[in-house]
Order: sequence, then structure tokens, then C-alpha cells
Amino acid sequence: MKARAFSYFRARTIDEALAAHAGAGDEARFIAGGQSLVPALALRLQAPTILIDINHVDELRGIRREGDRLRIGALTRHREMLTEPLIAEFAPLLRAAAPFVAHPAIRNRGTLGGSVALADPASEFPAMVLALDAEIEIAGPSGRRIVKADEFFIDLFETALAPGELLVAIRVPLFRSNQRIAFDELARRRGDYALVGCGMIATFDQHRIADIRIALFSVGNLPMRAISTEAALVGSRLDAERIAAAQTALGQDLAPAESDDVPAAMRMHLARVLLGRVLGRLGEAA
Amino acid sequence: MTAPLTSLDRPNSYIGRSVPRPNAKRLLAGRGRYVTDLRLPRMLHAAFLRSPHAHARIISIDVDAARAQPGVHLVASGADLAMICTPWTGTLDHFKGMISEPQLPLPIDRAVWAGQAVVAVVAESRAIAEDALERITVDYEELPAVVDLDAARAPHAPLVNPAASSNICFRTQLDSGGVDEAFAAAAHVVEEEFGFGRHTPVTLEPRAIVADYEPDSGVLTVHHATQTPYQFQDLYSRHYGIPEARVRVIAPDIGGSFGMKLHVYHEDMAVVGLSILLGRPVKYVADRIESFVSDIHARDHHVRARMAVDADGKILAMDVVDVTAIGAFSTYPRTSVVEGNQVIRLIGAPYGFKSYRAALEVVFQNKVQTSQYRAVGHPIACAVTERMVDLAAERVGLDPLVMRANNVIADDAYPAASPTGYKFEALSHEACLRRLRAIMNYDSLRDEQAALRRRGVHRGIGIATFVEITNPSPAFYGVGGARISSQDGATISLTPSGEVRCAISVTEQGQGTEAIVSQIVAEQLGIAQEHVKVLTGDTEVTPHGGATWACRGAGIGGETALQAARQLKANILEIAALILQEQPAALDIVDGQVVSRSTQQPRLAVAEIARISYFRSDTLPPGTQAQLTVSHHFAPQGYPFAFTNGVQGCYLEVDVDTGFIKLLKHYVVEDCGRIINPMLVDEQLRGGVVQGLGAALFEECRYGETGQLLNGSLADYLVPMAMEMPDIVIDHVETPTADTILGAKGCGEAGTAAASACVLNAVNDALTPFGASINAIPITPARVLKALNRY
Amino acid sequence: MSGAPVELDDVDDAVRVRMVVNGRKVACDVAPRDTLVDVLRGPLELTGTHAGCEMGACGACLVQLDGCAVHACLMFAVQADGARIDTIEGLSASGVIADLQAEFHRRNALQCGFCTPGMLMTAHELLSQVARPGREAIRDALSGNFCRCTGYEAIVDSIAAVAEARAAKAAEGSSR
Ligand SMILES: Cc1cc2nc3c(=O)[nH]c(=O)nc-3n(C[C@H](O)[C@H](O)[C@H](O)COP(=O)(O)OP(=O)(O)OC[C@H]3O[C@@H](n4cnc5c(N)ncnc54)[C@H](O)[C@@H]3O)c2cc1C
Ligand code: FES
Ligand code: FES
Repeated sequence: MKARAFSYFRARTIDEALAAHAGAGDEARFIAGGQSLVPALALRLQAPTILIDINHVDELRGIRREGDRLRIGALTRHREMLTEPLIAEFAPLLRAAAPFVAHPAIRNRGTLGGSVALADPASEFPAMVLALDAEIEIAGPSGRRIVKADEFFIDLFETALAPGELLVAIRVPLFRSNQRIAFDELARRRGDYALVGCGMIATFDQHRIADIRIALFSVGNLPMRAISTEAALVGSRLDAERIAAAQTALGQDLAPAESDDVPAAMRMHLARVLLGRVLGRLGEAA
Repeated sequence: MTAPLTSLDRPNSYIGRSVPRPNAKRLLAGRGRYVTDLRLPRMLHAAFLRSPHAHARIISIDVDAARAQPGVHLVASGADLAMICTPWTGTLDHFKGMISEPQLPLPIDRAVWAGQAVVAVVAESRAIAEDALERITVDYEELPAVVDLDAARAPHAPLVNPAASSNICFRTQLDSGGVDEAFAAAAHVVEEEFGFGRHTPVTLEPRAIVADYEPDSGVLTVHHATQTPYQFQDLYSRHYGIPEARVRVIAPDIGGSFGMKLHVYHEDMAVVGLSILLGRPVKYVADRIESFVSDIHARDHHVRARMAVDADGKILAMDVVDVTAIGAFSTYPRTSVVEGNQVIRLIGAPYGFKSYRAALEVVFQNKVQTSQYRAVGHPIACAVTERMVDLAAERVGLDPLVMRANNVIADDAYPAASPTGYKFEALSHEACLRRLRAIMNYDSLRDEQAALRRRGVHRGIGIATFVEITNPSPAFYGVGGARISSQDGATISLTPSGEVRCAISVTEQGQGTEAIVSQIVAEQLGIAQEHVKVLTGDTEVTPHGGATWACRGAGIGGETALQAARQLKANILEIAALILQEQPAALDIVDGQVVSRSTQQPRLAVAEIARISYFRSDTLPPGTQAQLTVSHHFAPQGYPFAFTNGVQGCYLEVDVDTGFIKLLKHYVVEDCGRIINPMLVDEQLRGGVVQGLGAALFEECRYGETGQLLNGSLADYLVPMAMEMPDIVIDHVETPTADTILGAKGCGEAGTAAASACVLNAVNDALTPFGASINAIPITPARVLKALNRY
Repeated sequence: MSGAPVELDDVDDAVRVRMVVNGRKVACDVAPRDTLVDVLRGPLELTGTHAGCEMGACGACLVQLDGCAVHACLMFAVQADGARIDTIEGLSASGVIADLQAEFHRRNALQCGFCTPGMLMTAHELLSQVARPGREAIRDALSGNFCRCTGYEAIVDSIAAVAEARAAKAAEGSSR
């Protein structure tokens, strides 16, 4: 398990990184935390000729308020989701998901940007970014652009990022006092990718759900929003009956594929059970 | 019988004490010396190109581009190595009628499992060797692969070995007689079919070897992460035609073994050949991806069982059929049929019924070989037996613990024999069951279970009794023609400064062999433990012996050390007696001092005897030759095996909506005879239990239809991790064997033997209200939900 | 082999890397593809850091990078240029984990010892962040550290005991 030979470039600025990539074309890869990329290189599943290290690009770092959004730099490590007060206050859903992402040492190194750019359908953060209605800030050879999370995830490991583009930051709406979040997942062992996971953020009007966004992961080729399920909940109180209706509605949102160890029907069943539990918790969070 | 050898409160009484392992401090400081750490001058690195197909003819191999790559020193295929290495066959004579094809380090014309090594590259670094692998082209013609067990047995199944008439490797039967009659007369008959998933040992340090052939002197030195260096010395010598005395195998620190590191692996044999071809040291470390497709696997069994009981719940008879698939070859030199053989012989072992019938069928398939892994056969025998006992108890309406108490061989009935003919010297099932009831707080646990069940929380309690085979005599392998020793040897010396050095053939993989040997030697000699140095794992330094397998380290190795130490003590006292003008019998050694036996008064330091003997022999009476080095061998006699026994309990919770299982607590009561170091025994049990729990819930090598391993990485193959494992409560009953002075039996496999059975019973207990049942491990959420009809 | 000029590939051109390893400045030439674990264990001869999976799944390769536990198999050595790396050898020599080592020893929280350096790294980091973690929190922190030998309990016990001892000591210190 040794990677194929490549050369290495340490970028200091976004422009340097972009230029280096542009110079090498398809044969280049950015490396952030490396927690997904390095195993892929070691297994020779990928073999770039040049690795562009973005860990020293300060512009990709930092968490700050920008108007009604929290801007989280791409290089924010998973661990910071657990320790940064701004995250706890303004993006508690990311905080709630973070303990389930891998293990402490991987969280020390893995980055939010890397996780979202990779868009592993079994990953927590891409799905939560979707639930949070985040904006993804992208820098490319032809300038900056912003893509809504709803448009960012396209297919299996495929995103709106074109080759050579950098994910710069994730911008999430600030958490408000009339909102609640809930998150949970079913993983065989602590830190494993889940068999199914679910996170949600709801805005309440008194005891009624005024708005809700629900995202699931490990249920298909990409992180999935449960649109019909959300629709089934808006305008109602979260009682047992509503939760059951939401669980039924989930059938319209998901169509998990067969896999060798988890039959599709089982995954659907688990998704329903989990949805019920997470909604239950959302109710309790009142 | 359970009295300690010496009282614990006198100086140097170490047997029975939880003393920490002296050699562990090094490991804690990161100063272990594993084969993976080794770098020798001019050392090269090997890597292997592996077959992508489960079964394929090798048409041609083009290695020119690889050979031309800078940094590559050798590219070798099957034919190259076949010129210097003789083939091996994994059969033994006492398994009548068994067959297996001859094997070579690398295949010549056919690959028989996906992942089999086909071409070797030796280069300056592992990375360069892997680069070269990408430049080799092998032209394969795919052949039909035999993947699952039933397919292997099907009438017109493709043949794993085209020269054979079927895919059967071995068949055998046991029949005590009277089985049909017993079933006919039974008040109840229960039956079940069981599936056991293939799993693999996953030692944290992968297999590693550095072979160093020195052409000028013709000496081969192999640094090998193995538990059995002498066996490999013999094999390398015979298959490469090098005189035994010129082959040295060194097994330094080893990062886990569990039976996995005592088999012949194709790559390891190849590496020795590569070093011979190059005349340079060659290193090979299996990476984790290679481990999954080339380390032995184990326990791929389907078992059908029936049990007959009378109206009171007395077990009358069992009738079982075990079918197991072992891969494309039987493993060398211990074979791949031992596991199945032990399954059918251990079933029913704790119980006193007489009528037993079993059939075993061992078949080939296109997968990597299975073979001995910790607790060989035991977990399967135990799960089958114990699940049947629970089914019978339920049918009769008895509590599982009561059912067992009513049926185990009574503690006062020994010597006794198992239904399969194993001879038991003395076991303690009844005492163990009583202890278990106490430490589990069984009755209140049942109350708690009932109360929670009413609230929709589904907990289960599982019990499993077991018998474990330890201290094997030559009846195990020797009689079958294997050059695998069941004796051990020790060379023990008093050093000139009065310390002791003991070179012994049992080996250390972290279980504490060196610690217990030093405890035994120190106690027997009456010197402080820190003055005993134990050497293991080097064929050049220690006498030939069986080393470490089948829980023989304490029982056989320990007894060897004990007897050697007693001889050395006698020799020391003889010299002391001459110096002190006393009778040897009037003297003893306490804390490094020769004392008078009657008064315990110190008379002379042992160090002084050493000094006089080594440097002033002129002051000893004429004709005296001090013998301060003793070599001693010990082979078990008497019973062919020292059986141990015990019982485990498990408490768990099943989430009936998700199928997830949470292990809450695990309990073990174990009788391994004399306990030399309670802490080390408990740690063996805990580690063993967790391996069994992994098998019960997580571990399985999953294959696709074409024979590809689907989860061959540490990210996909689920090993038990800290968060999911329970705390484990341990208690002991101590019934020493009278076959040895020491009285120790083994304990290394007891944990693994019954843990999965316990979980199986506990999950089924939890599912009782649903009328659902589980008959296969690992017990995945998918299996639980399926049983509950949830999807 | 004689006469003809030898063609040498240059894909593996060495890069000079400078790091502070266990408190000492080191410089060594590595290929960009060499992982940190391979460089520590190879040219730097720090074989206390182990490799059990080379893909982040076993924890045997944990080291500290600028004070944080990271997997040395999931980083290339070139990336560590300018960084501070502490391995088991360094933590051992400095005495910061002496109490953990002693407790592991006393309770036999290791068998083969292959996982042990990684376990100690995790334990050390946990105790530097949480003063008195419960058993559950300890097991959680260890969730990426595979041990095939011990069954984990003695490791958990040892860490819990050290946490208690350190807390007791701290309380004693502050009450004075
Ligand atoms: C044992 C193990 C268990 C894990 N378990 C989980 C888990 O349970 N849940 C989970 O979500 N993840 C898990 N991970 C993955 C981990 O969270 C990764 O850190 C994460 O998915 C990728 O982040 P990274 O910073 O390491 O990215 P890298 O590995 O550096 O990069 C990943 C990909 O994204 C690209 N990339 C990275 N940053 C950018 C950027 N800013 N702009 C454009 N492209 C970029 C890279 O080129 C690469 O293709 C696990 C990893 C391991 C090794
Ligand atoms: S070797 Fe790095 S985690 Fe296994
Ligand atoms: S002690 Fe062997 S892997 Fe942990």
C-alpha cells in the first residue's frame, strides 16, 4: 500500500493553489486533511502527478459572522466543530453531527471543506450542510462564485466543483432562537460510516413547525433532502400521529439501492425508524 | 488438591501472584522490536502481484517491463521458485483419506483464489516494488469458481482441483451407537441449522518476515513473526535443502498471533527463496489489504443438529452434521481439517449423555485457506451445543441455568469421558455454574429483564458452558506424521553472579510466557524474580520445542521450566552441601540465600556458590564438577490432553426496531487448573472473550458471487472496538491437573470458546416474546430485523 | 552492466524536510510519496510508531503533530515540513506519560504491545482535554484504536485510574 510517485507543492494563497492546479490540469489534486485522499492514494485508486497542499492557505481558515450567516473556512477541522463557541451558538447542527464523524485523531485533521468537496454520501457534514441551506463559496480560475447546497451535490462523489476549483468556505444561516435541531445516526460501531443518518433543523411558530429541512445520509448516491417528508410536517405540531405521517412520506423521498450487506428494504426501514426517533428528539428539544 | 504449591506469603512465592510482566515496560516505551521494525544492511523489499480471479489458468506472464525498472532486483514467478523449493502437501496420516494438492510458493499454471500471490518483485523499497507490479502483465483464462459451500458440494460442481474426482477434502464420522433408539424414545426432540461466518484473525501487526541467506556459509537466518520458530526451522531446512543446523529462525516481539502465525504462507516461503536467489536479506510485510486475502481465515461452517431429551429435561442424545469449506488447499503443516474435527469431537462435551453421532464433511472452494485460529473449533461446537441446550430447556420448560446444572457431568463423577470419547481427568462444571449464578446475580437479572420487557425494552441473558482442549500430547499432530513437537525444552543456568538465565522453547506474543516462566523459575529456585532472565524465540539459543499453540505455554512450557529449575536447585544445593559440610536435604534456598532447612537461617549466598564454582573450582573437593547449567525436556504423558472448563454469561439489549445489539456485561467463570498469574489469566480471558464477541456480532469475510472478498480492509471488516465492548467480570475455580507438578492447564482460548455462543443465546432469549429466532453468526442488524420480519 | 550509462528515473526526487522531532531539529530527504509513518520508522528509526492498516482505521500510527494526535499514515512526510512531531519515544523520554505507562504496566493493559503507543497517544490527548472522563467517554475516545489482544477493559481501567490520580493530585495542589 504505497502511493504512486508524485510531486508536491505547498500553496500559501488561494491564487497559488489555483495556479498550480491550472498548470497541472487533471493530474493535480488538492490535499486538505488528507483523511480520505491519502488512503485512496495508498491504495492507488487515485494517482495524481502533483499534490497541492492547501493546509497553509490562511484565507481558507477561520470562522466568523458575516451578516446573517456564519462563514466557516474550508480548512476548519472537524474537531473545531466541537470546540468553537461560534459553531455551538450559530451552527449547532454541525456541532451535533461532529462527534459521529470518525474518531478523535481523524477529527483533528479532517476538514469541513474536504468532507463537503468529497461529498461522500455516507458522510455527516455534506448532509448537514444541505439541511442548513448553506451556501458554498467556490474559487476557480475564472473567479469566485457561490452555489446553494441544494445545487451543490450532483451525483456519487460529484459536485458543482469543477476540477481545479477550490471550496473556500461554507456559509450557513445563523441559528435563531425559534429554531431547533436534532441529529442521530445508526452506525455499527462508533465513528463508522452510518447505515443511515439524519439531521434536521426546524423553525417553530409557537408549537407548530413553520419550516423544516431534513437531510439524510447513507441512503443513496448523494446526501438527500426529504422534501415530501418536510412538506408533511410543515404547519403541524410534532405529535405521534404527525411523526408517523412523516415516516410514511419518507417513502417518496428515498429509494435506497441494494448493497451486499444492507438490503434496500432494510435501509428504508432503518431510515423510517431513525426519522421517527430524530423527530421525537426535535419535539423534546422544546 | 487446590492448595497452592507453596504458601503465598513466603519470599519468592510468585506462583499465584499477579505480578506485572517484566518485558512489558519496553513495549510501553515504544521499544518493542518487531520484525516489521527490522532493517538489515543491503536489505531489499518484496511485493507480490495477486490474482484478480478466484480461479484462473495462467497462460503467460510478462515481466520484462518490471525487470527493466530501475531499483528492481528480481522478478520471480512460480517456475523460478519451484526450481529451488520442494512442494508441500497439507495432509496428515491420521486423517484417513484426506486429500489436498501439493503447493508451491507461487503457482505455476493455475490461481485458485482471488488474492493468491502469483509473481514476486524484489526492489530497493516497497514502493518501487509496487511500481513494478503495475508493469507486469499476466494473461489469465478465467475458470469457473467454486464460491460457496453448497455450490462446492453440488453434483456437477466445477472442480477446485481438476485432478480430483470431487471437491471433498475429508470426511469422517463418529457414532457411539444407540442414537436412533434414543431419539425414538425421547420425550422431546429439538433441531436447528446453524451458519457460522468465515472470519479472520486480524493481528494488529501483519505477517512479517525478513529472510537472510548468506551464500558463502550457506546459512539461512529468518526473522519471522511466528509463534512456532522450530517448526519453521524444520520446514525451511527441508523444503530448501539446507541442513537444519544452518537454519536459524528468530521470532522477536510479535504483534499478535492467535494461531494465525504458525501456518506456512506462500509469500513467506517465497521470501526465503527470493533471499536464496539474491543472496541478500529480503523483507516482506503483508499490508492490511494483503492480510485479508492471504492470512488464514477460519470457521466457515454449516451445522445441522438434533438433540433428544427426556420429559425431565435430561439430554439423551445428539446427532450432528458439520460441513465446512476450507479454501483451495488444506493448510500446511497442520491441515485445515482440525477445526471440523474438533467441532464434532467437542460438541456435547460438558454433558453426561451417551449417545452421539456426528458426520463431518470438509470441502474445497476457491477462497483463501482456513485453518487454526484461536479456540479452533470450540466456538462452533459450543454455540451448537449450547443453543440446542437452550432450545431443549425452553421445550421442557426449564430455566437455562437449571437445565445445565441438571445435565453437566457431575463434579464428583471424574474421571469421565465425553460422549465423543474424550477422557476428562477432573472438571468442575457444577462449581462453575454455581459461581456464575452468584457473580451474575442471576435471579435479580432475570427480574430486571422481566420488568424491562414489560416496558418494551428487550434484554437477553445467555449462558454457555464449555470445555477447552489444552496441553496437547503427540496425539494431536505427531501421530499424523507432522514434525510438530509436543514437548518443550529449557536450558537453565546459574550465572557467575548468582542470577538465572532460562532459555525456553515456548514463545512470547504478549500473553506473558516470559513472565510466568520467570515466576516459576524464581519460585522453584528461591531467588528474586528480577534475577531471572528468560530467553525465547530463537532456534539458535533455546532447545527445540513445540513453542506456543493450543494453550500449551503454561501447562507444558511451565512444567518444563519447573522441572528444569528443580534440577538446577538440586545441583546448587549439592555444591552448597559440599562447601557447608551438610547434607543437601538439610538445605534450601530462600531469597538467593542457601538456608538450613530446619532453622531457615541463611548459610551462604547463591551468588557465592556461583563465584566459587566458576572462578575457584580449585577450592571445591577433588572430583567435584559443578553443574550449573541444566537442560531439560518435558513432554506431557498421562492424559492426551488437559481439558479445562468453564461457563460464560452475557447480558445484552436488542433494539428490536433497528436490530442493533448492545452488550451490557459479560461474565466468565473459568477453571484452568493452577493459576500462575491471575492478572495474566484474566487478561487472556478478556482478550479471548472480545474476539468471540467480534465473531458474534461483527466479523465476517463477505464474498461476492465471483469469489471476490468484498470487505477486505480494516475499514470494511468490522473488528470489535472499545466502544462496543462490555466490561467483563471474571471468576475462577481451580482444579489443577495431577499429570504435572505445576498443575497448570491452558486458558488462552477459553474466552473465545464460549463468547459467541453466549451472545447467540442471549439474543434469542431477548427475542423470545416475538417468537423470532437467530441461528447464524455474526448476528447483524440485518439478521435480527429479518428474524423479526421488520422489512 | 558495464560501460553503458545508467538511466535513472526521477519520479521519486527527494525533497528535504525539516522538522522538530521529539524536541530535536532533524532534516531528512524524503520522496513526496513517503508517508510520515514510513519516514519516522525508516530513516528516523523511531520504530515505536507502528503501522497496522495504513488507512486510518487502527490507530497504531498515532503521533502528535504540533500537539495534536494525528495518524502518521494519513500524512506525507513533506507535509510535516516545519512541524513539531512527538512520538512515543519522545513522550516517553519527557516523562509526560510516565503515570499512564506505569498504570498500563501495573494493570497489564497490553499484551503484544503493538497497539500500545497509539493507545497512549489517545489517552494522553484525552486527559489533556478532559480532566475526569467517564468510562464511556474513555471508550469513545479509543474508538479509533484497535487492539486485538486485550479486550480493552484494562486500558480503560488504566486511563480512568490515571485521570483520578491526576485529579486528586491537582486538588491537593490547589488546596495548598
Ligand atoms: C477511519 C476513517 C473513518 C472515517 N469516518 C468518517 C465518518 O464517519 N464520517 C465522515 O464524514 N467522514 C469520515 N472519514 C473521512 C474524514 O471525515 C475526512 O476527513 C473527510 O471526509 C475529508 O476531509 P479531508 O480534509 O481529510 O479531505 P482530503 O482527504 O484532503 O480530500 C478529500 C477530497 O476533497 C478534495 N478537497 C479537499 N479540500 C478541498 C477544497 N477546499 N476544495 C476543493 N477540493 C478539496 C481533495 O482533493 C480530495 O479529492 C473517515 C476517515 C477515516 C480515515
Ligand atoms: S496505520 Fe495509521 S491508522 Fe492504522
Ligand atoms: S496489545 Fe496486541 S493489539 Fe493491543
